[in-house]
Amino acid sequence: MESGKDAAIIQLKKVSLSFEGLEILKDFDLTLNQGDSLVLVGPSGSGKSSLLKLMAGLLVPDSGEILYRGKNLSTLSKKEHAQHIAEVGMLFQQNALFDSLTVFENLYFVLSEVEGVEAADAKRDEINSLLAEVGLDHALNLYPSEISGGMQKRLGIARALCLRPRLVFYDDPTAGLDPITSRKIVSMILELKEKWGATIVTVTNDMMRAYQLAGHCLVCFPNEFLATGDAEATRSFTDPRVQQFIHGHVDGPLGAL
Amino acid sequence: MIEFRKVTKSFGARTILKDLDLVIPEGKIVFILGMSGTGKSVLLKNIVGLLKPDGGELFVDEHPVHRLDETAMMKVRKICGMVFQQPALFDSLNVFENVAYGLRRHFDLGEEEIIRRVQESLALVGLKNVEQKQSHELSYGMKKRVSLARTVALRPKILLFDEPTTGLDPISTNRVNQLILNLSKDLGTTSVVVSHDMVSALKVADHIVVLEKGNLLTQGSPEEIRKSHIPLVQDFLAEVQ
Repeated sequence: MESGKDAAIIQLKKVSLSFEGLEILKDFDLTLNQGDSLVLVGPSGSGKSSLLKLMAGLLVPDSGEILYRGKNLSTLSKKEHAQHIAEVGMLFQQNALFDSLTVFENLYFVLSEVEGVEAADAKRDEINSLLAEVGLDHALNLYPSEISGGMQKRLGIARALCLRPRLVFYDDPTAGLDPITSRKIVSMILELKEKWGATIVTVTNDMMRAYQLAGHCLVCFPNEFLATGDAEATRSFTDPRVQQFIHGHVDGPLGAL
Repeated sequence: MIEFRKVTKSFGARTILKDLDLVIPEGKIVFILGMSGTGKSVLLKNIVGLLKPDGGELFVDEHPVHRLDETAMMKVRKICGMVFQQPALFDSLNVFENVAYGLRRHFDLGEEEIIRRVQESLALVGLKNVEQKQSHELSYGMKKRVSLARTVALRPKILLFDEPTTGLDPISTNRVNQLILNLSKDLGTTSVVVSHDMVSALKVADHIVVLEKGNLLTQGSPEEIRKSHIPLVQDFLAEVQ
């Protein structure tokens, strides 16, 4: 990712990470600018979710630095840490909704925890309009178990966005959804990104969604992450491993993954 | 063979399956496609008796499952292997014991045969050197394949898959597709695959059924489905590059 006119929101400098002797990243560098859309694809077990968690500050690297708006994530002061949490949104793969709270309360709770009850009360209308934006205005008082998988996903997205984050991480936002719902969810993610100028990082297993999202694509293989460019550049990227992966050929240089 | 005759299934006021007529021929691979919430999973659960039809008749290999009691249903469940959408592994058992579990429970096999079957089943789903791992050490895609291996190890006559490729990367998706094909070819397994994945359906299926709101919208061979002008089918076909 070449540096643009905008300031870097996330920078990884010589980041290394291993799990139980298995090397995931070694001296890895990456810069993401405000407004970028980065997509991570790759075989399961290649470390794309780990990279997402590193960038979100949920994992600490073995060595190297992760800078969020120029500040090292591992040496943030308490105040900076709170600000980081407020500025970063995350949609988890399994949504991780609060199942004892209603649709409305799932957002209200997050706001009251981070900004205080008074601020959350003052933002009731804002919560309602965000839920309307993701098409859940008719379901405010339902519990997560009472709504469909697609609706749960949209609730997870609304919750990830309720603090108006500068940076949003989406871990497989369309897994388990039918293609028509998937296309709509991704269109919604892109619309909300444009509207608020957020930076987004998405992990997906669905190449069609990756093409729909990609400003920059990172194809992750064990030990090697290849920046393949936008959707068009990725489709025609000549590395045989990338071609095998995006077309899903069982036989090829990637061998037994 | 599996045959639905005017099967109806409702939950409260919501009717999920409406007078559904459907035949799944022996040894064939049938894909059931449709949007979320159209009753695809409900259809599968009726086959293995996890749900009972409210009306109509449902036959699985001559067994009238719509009127069988729990004891009689056990026979049907032994010929049906179900692969659930979520991997549902036993988290206190390692991979080997997860795959061996059903073999130990339902068959009288020697330890050597169990080891052989477990290894063979894991190889079929493309997993190596994972026998001693605990489920929390596996990625989602790996868990999903272990759960497939666990069902395949039992060599069921009928395999029911609830979205087997959801959440899998393109290579793992094709490996699962190849597995379904191989089982059908080598063991004559009948496969019913509930899916959103038109690309896989066109590659693997002998027959494709498209449901809409509990009704049969259309069905046919992959070639016939490819030529369909029905808007919902076209929406699914838009995923095919």
